[in-house]
Amino acid sequence: MIWRVEIKQKAGVFDVAGAGIQKDIVDLGVNFVHKVEVIQVYNIEGSISEGQVTRICRELFVDCITQEYAYCRLNEWRVSDAKAAADRRAIEIAYNPGVMDPVEESALKGIRDLGIAQVQAVRRARRYLLYGNIPAQDLEIVTSKVLSNKLIQHVVTDPRGQKTFLFAKPKESFALIQVDLLGANDKKLKATSHDGQLFLNLNEMKAIHAHFKKLGRNPTDCELETIAQTWSEHCYHKTFRGNIRYRENGKTKTRLIRNLLKSTIVKATKEINKSWCVSVFHDNAGVIKFDKDMHVCFKVETHNHPSALEPFGGANTGVGGVIRDILGTGLGAKPVCGTDVFCFAPPDMDFAELPPGTLHPKRIMKGVVGGVRDYGNKMGIPTVNGAILFDKRFVGNPLVYCGSVGLIPKNRVRKKVRKGDLIVVVGGKTGRDGIHGATFSSGELTENSEVVSSGAVQIGDPIQEKKVLDALMQARDKNLYTAITDCGAGGLSSAVGEMAGRPSKRGSVLGARVDLDKVPLKYQGLNYDEIWISESQERMVLSVPPRNWKAFQEIFAGENVEATALGEFGGSKRLELFFKGRQVCDLDMTFLHNGVPKITKEAYWHSPKLARPRLSKSVDLNIKLREVLSHYNVCSKESVIRQYDHEVQGASVIKPLAGARCDGPSDASVLAPRLGSVKGIAISNGINVRYGMIDPCWMAASCIDEAIRQIIAVGGDIRQIAILDNFCWGNPDKPDRLGGLVRAAEGCYKAAAGYKVPFISGKDSLYNEYTQNGKSLAIPGTLLISAIGIIADVTKTVTMDFKNPGNLIYCAGKTYDELGGSIYLDTFGLLGNAVPKVNFQQGNKIFTAVSKAVKSGLVRSAHDCSEGGLGAALAEMAFSGGYGATIRLDKVPYKGKDKRNDTVLFAESNSRLILEVEPGNQKKFERLFQGSACAVIGVVDQTPGLVVYGLAGEVCIHSTLDVLKQAWQRPLQG
Amino acid sequence: MSQGKVKVIVLRTAGTNCDHEAAFAFESCGARPRLVHINQLLCKEVHLQDFHILAIPGGFTYGDDLGSGRILANELRLKLGEDVRSFIEAKKLIIGICNGFQVLVPAGILPGAAEGAGFAQRATLTNNDSGKFEDRWVYLKVEGNSVWTQGLGDVVYLPVAHAEGKFVPADDGVLAQLKQNGQVAFRYCDPRGGKPVYPENPNGSVDDIAGITDKTGRVLGLMPHPERHFLFTRHPFWTRLSLPAGKAGPNGKYGHGAKIFENGVQYVKKHLL
Repeated sequence: MIWRVEIKQKAGVFDVAGAGIQKDIVDLGVNFVHKVEVIQVYNIEGSISEGQVTRICRELFVDCITQEYAYCRLNEWRVSDAKAAADRRAIEIAYNPGVMDPVEESALKGIRDLGIAQVQAVRRARRYLLYGNIPAQDLEIVTSKVLSNKLIQHVVTDPRGQKTFLFAKPKESFALIQVDLLGANDKKLKATSHDGQLFLNLNEMKAIHAHFKKLGRNPTDCELETIAQTWSEHCYHKTFRGNIRYRENGKTKTRLIRNLLKSTIVKATKEINKSWCVSVFHDNAGVIKFDKDMHVCFKVETHNHPSALEPFGGANTGVGGVIRDILGTGLGAKPVCGTDVFCFAPPDMDFAELPPGTLHPKRIMKGVVGGVRDYGNKMGIPTVNGAILFDKRFVGNPLVYCGSVGLIPKNRVRKKVRKGDLIVVVGGKTGRDGIHGATFSSGELTENSEVVSSGAVQIGDPIQEKKVLDALMQARDKNLYTAITDCGAGGLSSAVGEMAGRPSKRGSVLGARVDLDKVPLKYQGLNYDEIWISESQERMVLSVPPRNWKAFQEIFAGENVEATALGEFGGSKRLELFFKGRQVCDLDMTFLHNGVPKITKEAYWHSPKLARPRLSKSVDLNIKLREVLSHYNVCSKESVIRQYDHEVQGASVIKPLAGARCDGPSDASVLAPRLGSVKGIAISNGINVRYGMIDPCWMAASCIDEAIRQIIAVGGDIRQIAILDNFCWGNPDKPDRLGGLVRAAEGCYKAAAGYKVPFISGKDSLYNEYTQNGKSLAIPGTLLISAIGIIADVTKTVTMDFKNPGNLIYCAGKTYDELGGSIYLDTFGLLGNAVPKVNFQQGNKIFTAVSKAVKSGLVRSAHDCSEGGLGAALAEMAFSGGYGATIRLDKVPYKGKDKRNDTVLFAESNSRLILEVEPGNQKKFERLFQGSACAVIGVVDQTPGLVVYGLAGEVCIHSTLDVLKQAWQRPLQG
Repeated sequence: MSQGKVKVIVLRTAGTNCDHEAAFAFESCGARPRLVHINQLLCKEVHLQDFHILAIPGGFTYGDDLGSGRILANELRLKLGEDVRSFIEAKKLIIGICNGFQVLVPAGILPGAAEGAGFAQRATLTNNDSGKFEDRWVYLKVEGNSVWTQGLGDVVYLPVAHAEGKFVPADDGVLAQLKQNGQVAFRYCDPRGGKPVYPENPNGSVDDIAGITDKTGRVLGLMPHPERHFLFTRHPFWTRLSLPAGKAGPNGKYGHGAKIFENGVQYVKKHLL
């Protein structure tokens, strides 16, 4: 029997959910809905009495102070809305069968806690009552764009139609599918790859064909899938590891790059050779030294494709995924904070401009922020740093970068699977979700992606992952397992395949034998290949010596986490899978990991022909400063930051919001993650796509400079900073896209080597293009540099807000006439050509001097000068501190032909910081900067206004702080 | 367990996540905290009566899936009700922070049973008026006469981080009783202790109530996080404040939240050891 319970807010109680939906509908441009009511629906299946239903409602589902409820037998439910006034429509939305809803599991537990044992299933739905005279067409739009996402949900037309919510019994037999490759020609091979969503190219298909021809048999579907997962761009990084023939600017000479990664990023790290780098590039995250007991590890991932289709779920599982990277580093690290960076199209984009099949950027942003908030907050991991960048070209491919930092005991960094260890999966159950995620992200999105790749959407369950974390830390500290990895893209196939041994010079290949029947399933009816490649979330794979198995199980049971042995690692050097007693996969590990044919891609870099912009001589800089502050890429992100718990774990020393009213934009965030110790870490990032439109090489160098100087600004030390690269690029099979990528990678080498700041980990997400009617829209080549700095004593750090009237304001670092790619030119709709460059020697001197000054207590506030230049930095420091400033542009260390106030004020030259120093410390401070460009450019005022004198001594800006602050706060407020 | 130690049980379950910092706070005040999973209490591997202070920390227990704190509240009420009752009767202390407060209220442990009755829910913590999760710092006026709030001063500054923190009593009678009995421990206020507006009252709580006690003052629940302002450098603009010279006083090394934990520990030392 099924009981249906409906719950709504009592009259007079504010319906938060309804009001939120109503706002979303207005944001969509539909103005006919003036009120929305939300009704929570629970369908309870099982033989329980009416009294028991009442008890479940009163003691579990309903907050009797603010809510009221009604229940009935589902088949007796009446459409009470039918008779409703003409101005009310009811829409009921439920999850699709198979989509996991964690609330249902909690409900089942809650019901058992009440002592009611007969309930078999709880299924939720939401019923929306929309008030207003709504045209049918708009109702359809509202339903599909606000109330539901058809990838995971559907409209319930008549709830009474549902006879049961239980899944059908499993089939006893199954058919082993073999794919006919032996008899296939090239055309057929291509079709096999395409139809099976394998995203393998012809060469790769041919290599597989040749391998099986030698064996004299066809592969099973499962074998082919395993190869496709392992060889996917997502897992194998074919572009970065392959050959590239690179040619520049009309030259005929080409240069052959063998392994772009090793010849740029990895090369820099090897040359710098820092003794504090513990584990770089080969584990799930980069590991560096922290203190006498602990190391710290850092990883940033992307989750772009899933977030384009289902923003909340995509970002949610993106965060969950990168946290598992940290859990899977070494023998498991404890996550201490997160950083999340997004790129969207502007939130005010016209609906008419949206390509078909894409979601509006405002909806994407709301979903993505919600997804990050939900996972981070529920895991109890503070989200302390981030950035949001807006550009129209992200409309079809938003970017979602999720980063996580963890602490790991020094003696838990190395892992090694041993022969005979059990293959153990812990955490969530396996379902159909996320099938083909790895291969899906290795191809372009099209207007049909949301239909074809619907299985690629995953739903997260942060509480499940929190339980895994809690259990894992105990098992780790008792040394109960020998290795661990996360179950991410490719699911078990990647995790087990990787652990069974990627052949290396030192290590030998093992082999694995897995009984797929043993994998705990969310529901029956999954086929063997689905079990094997499913990307269901919150799972980790471990190798557990049999003698530890009992103790291991006890710990996980104590935290109510499922732990299951699936088979064992052996010495067969083969990957052997069994299902219902039959072998469904038998692959040679060496072929699996080394059989990818090396590819050679063409790359071509052509510098864009860009003119130097001509600007009018009489620009009102008061207006322009406000426009710069209001630019989406500069303005306050407070409404987003406040939704993240950025203080849980009690370690935040410099929070993302600083100043007298806790609303100024901090540079790096600082944490002291071991409570009671003053040793800390600083986290920052650098990202800027507009420089890359001029030259990706200097874009890369600028991003690295920005990430470093944000850490310097809080008091970090350039000798103690490590960085991560994250490339999001268009289709690398197109030579122009790949040419830009090569230049950016070479810029990374140049800057890392120049500053002696090593890369410790990285990631790339390619194929970020959106195809519509055969026309391809690529994202601008985007590089995120994430940085982590070790802080010796957090009590010596500084924030960016002005502290005291009368203090001197210094500008450290030279300004050049580098307006190219600046926010200032963007306010005119211009790009310019003079991209900011980096002088590493000068930069190093500045950074070293600033570190010393901060450490010696000579600096009261420091702010990094980046997007929006001096103008934005000074305004931010002033309104965050609540004190004004008088500035003289003729005192700014400046070198350039262009003697214009706006150039000095808004150029985004690198390696610059603004510093506040007490007059009494002037001499001591200046001594540190001998031989560097550093000058007093003004003074902090009691009066809350910003006054700037131009190069000719005239007043060029005179504005109250309120006006500037409002301009900065308004665009993304609430 | 050793004699003469103040023993604190920091109760955790699926989705608890402020347990370590709560334990750190108690430990720094000289207590011996122990993180205990509710499963350990249910299977009687650990006994509530062996402790002096029960702390229910923040987090999202069971995902707050059926209303914040609801499922853990039911477990306490239905499976450990007797133990909790005798714990309170033994004049021991309970503190529920954020999600812990959201557990104590639906469990009926706060504001506490009416005369002669069992635990029954008499108030709720519901959706913020802003409709969203917010992490921000708030000024709190210290009221009442709880053992937990002795010597805190008039106004303290602590962070909140929640989506469901709006305190609503079941009816006017409950509110009148709270006031009459001095059970209101913290009210949101403006920086000078005056009447707050949003976001000073971050969630729209009735009568600006941020924290309450039971009638004895020994059971405290509050939405703000004192453990997040245990150390001075966690103050959101500590870089604007000068560190007091010399000894680390309550506002030197320690922040505004520290005194609350110290009070709990001192009470036990004085009355229960």
